[in-house]
Amino acid sequence: MSDSSNNISMQQSLTEVAPQTALVRPVGSSVWHDLWADKAAFTGLLFLLLLALVAIFAPLIAPHDPTSQNIIARLKPPVWLAGGSSEHMLGTDHLGRDLLSRVIHGARISIMVGVATVLLAGSVGILVGLCAGYFGGRVDAFLVAVIDTVVAFPGLLLALLILAVIGPSATTVVVVLAFNGWMVYARVTRGIVLGMRSTPYIEAAETIGSKPRRVIFRHILPNLTAPLLTLGTLEFARIVLAEAALSFLGLGIQPPASSWGLDVASGKEYMFRAWWLVTFPGIAIALTVLSVNLLASWFRVTSDPVEREKRYARRLVKTVKRQLRRNPVVDNPVADNPVADNPVQS
Amino acid sequence: MANFILARLWQGFIVVFCVVVFVFVLTRLVGDPVKVMLPLEATPEQRAVFEQQLGLDRPILEQFVTYLQDVAVLDFGDSLWQRRPVMEIIAERALSTLLLTFAAIFMAVAVAIPLGVTAALRPEGTVDRTIVVTSLIGLSVPQFWLGLLLIIFFSLQLRVLPTSGAGGFRHLVLPALTLAIPAMTRIIMVVRSSMIEQLNTQYVKTCRAKGIAAWRVVWVHALRNSLVTVFTLSGWELIRALSGYTVVVESVFAWPGLGLTAIQAIERQDLILLQAIVLLVAIMVVVLNLVFDLCYKVIDPRIRLS
Repeated sequence: MSDSSNNISMQQSLTEVAPQTALVRPVGSSVWHDLWADKAAFTGLLFLLLLALVAIFAPLIAPHDPTSQNIIARLKPPVWLAGGSSEHMLGTDHLGRDLLSRVIHGARISIMVGVATVLLAGSVGILVGLCAGYFGGRVDAFLVAVIDTVVAFPGLLLALLILAVIGPSATTVVVVLAFNGWMVYARVTRGIVLGMRSTPYIEAAETIGSKPRRVIFRHILPNLTAPLLTLGTLEFARIVLAEAALSFLGLGIQPPASSWGLDVASGKEYMFRAWWLVTFPGIAIALTVLSVNLLASWFRVTSDPVEREKRYARRLVKTVKRQLRRNPVVDNPVADNPVADNPVQS
Repeated sequence: MANFILARLWQGFIVVFCVVVFVFVLTRLVGDPVKVMLPLEATPEQRAVFEQQLGLDRPILEQFVTYLQDVAVLDFGDSLWQRRPVMEIIAERALSTLLLTFAAIFMAVAVAIPLGVTAALRPEGTVDRTIVVTSLIGLSVPQFWLGLLLIIFFSLQLRVLPTSGAGGFRHLVLPALTLAIPAMTRIIMVVRSSMIEQLNTQYVKTCRAKGIAAWRVVWVHALRNSLVTVFTLSGWELIRALSGYTVVVESVFAWPGLGLTAIQAIERQDLILLQAIVLLVAIMVVVLNLVFDLCYKVIDPRIRLS
């Protein structure tokens, strides 16, 4: 793609110009400053950090064992409703299990399956993409044909068949979802590598006799970090949803383990009497996926110099307009503008 | 054009063949079909009889050849669950699924185009922000949960729509809406970004300079160029829905389509029915892909002429 080489040259020219415009912020702090400016993405990040902590320390945080049943206290409403008790903050399910504890433990499964799938699908996809893009020719044609064929498979239905034959478990879910997802990474990687193949620095590396492996992993791979991170984040969101859907259908995580999708499925039977059983696990899924999506959309803009420039320009215009409203005579709004940060320097 | 069609047909054939081989390897080599389909307490004699019925006692290559022959004439045998030819069941159910997916994608496009264009009129404005954030929320909500919420709201609170099953038009509304929402949000995003791009082009400026009414510039001149992208994306969304997402929606709303049948087949350990559904959906997906590619060529003169 001509995009990436364009970005590189643009970045270079801007770094040359930047020091003179006196808008430079210290490297490092600018990323956080940038994230702080995007309140939605910042909230998303906070939520995800909280979720990660909750997932890691689930046994310490959860007030009850998520699997311990208590038939006497079944279908108790949340604490703020009549009949609820502080013993079970979010109420209990049809077996008297504490819903809050189940939601907390469910976070573990979602995050673990999500991370494992992204890592597995990502490694396979990136490897295939690197090989296809770097070696080109017949290797490329073959790998592209494989990718195109697998993409045309009816993904989720095939996943159901695999799960039905092999038997559902967390590991099978990861393998099945990775099998459905690696092609995206391969396509993105291949596209970028193809664009980079003819850049001078890759040619230089080859001319001085670097082996293909060194060129690929040492010189090409680092350039892929930003786009692949964005892709990985978005895929994580997709996989949390897919795992929940599979568990909801009874083909993902199996009882007695707790998963958000599984909890919605078991709560479905009692939906009309105990609305909290489907509501809270569902909200947990939605908030997690929303946070990841918000963070990913911020990161996509931040890691792309062209997009970042656009955002920078928009903010600058806003600030200048505000200043003009307050103080109509401003000679050079850019030079003494305190709010604007330089997004290129990060 | 003829070459293009031939090439695509060949490609589609390869895809179907790969799925066929994949399903064979999965059901006969990786998994043990007898173990999946018979109850745990089945005696060895029962197993032997069952193996013989399905031809699983013969050499694997012979099995493969018979399997290919059967698939070639679309004969998948009898369903274990319903004791009648699988193709009969699928023929009854396939139309419901197609109806549901087409209705959903139609709904998605019909809502997404006006919203996407409106958002693009003032990028980063209040309306745009609202539409973008709402789409992001729509994209983040799990489909099965959304379906349950819609049932609670429209069927239990308002009592205006039936909770599940198939019947008239009223039964179609909630499942189609549930299936449509994620597709809708993705199409909104694409319409928006494509329209922002179009509205910045020279020809739009020319149109405005000529004094063409503002609405005409946006909704006729610019939108026309965005529609090709929307059409491609809608095709993908349709295929995406068909090749999996209907399973979830159909099982929430008990919509009697292929997806629900697949789930029922799994519950009743009917591997024969399940593999037939997977193969037929694979064929449907390939055919639809080809049709969309052809339409795409016909619609966009830039592609047709190059």
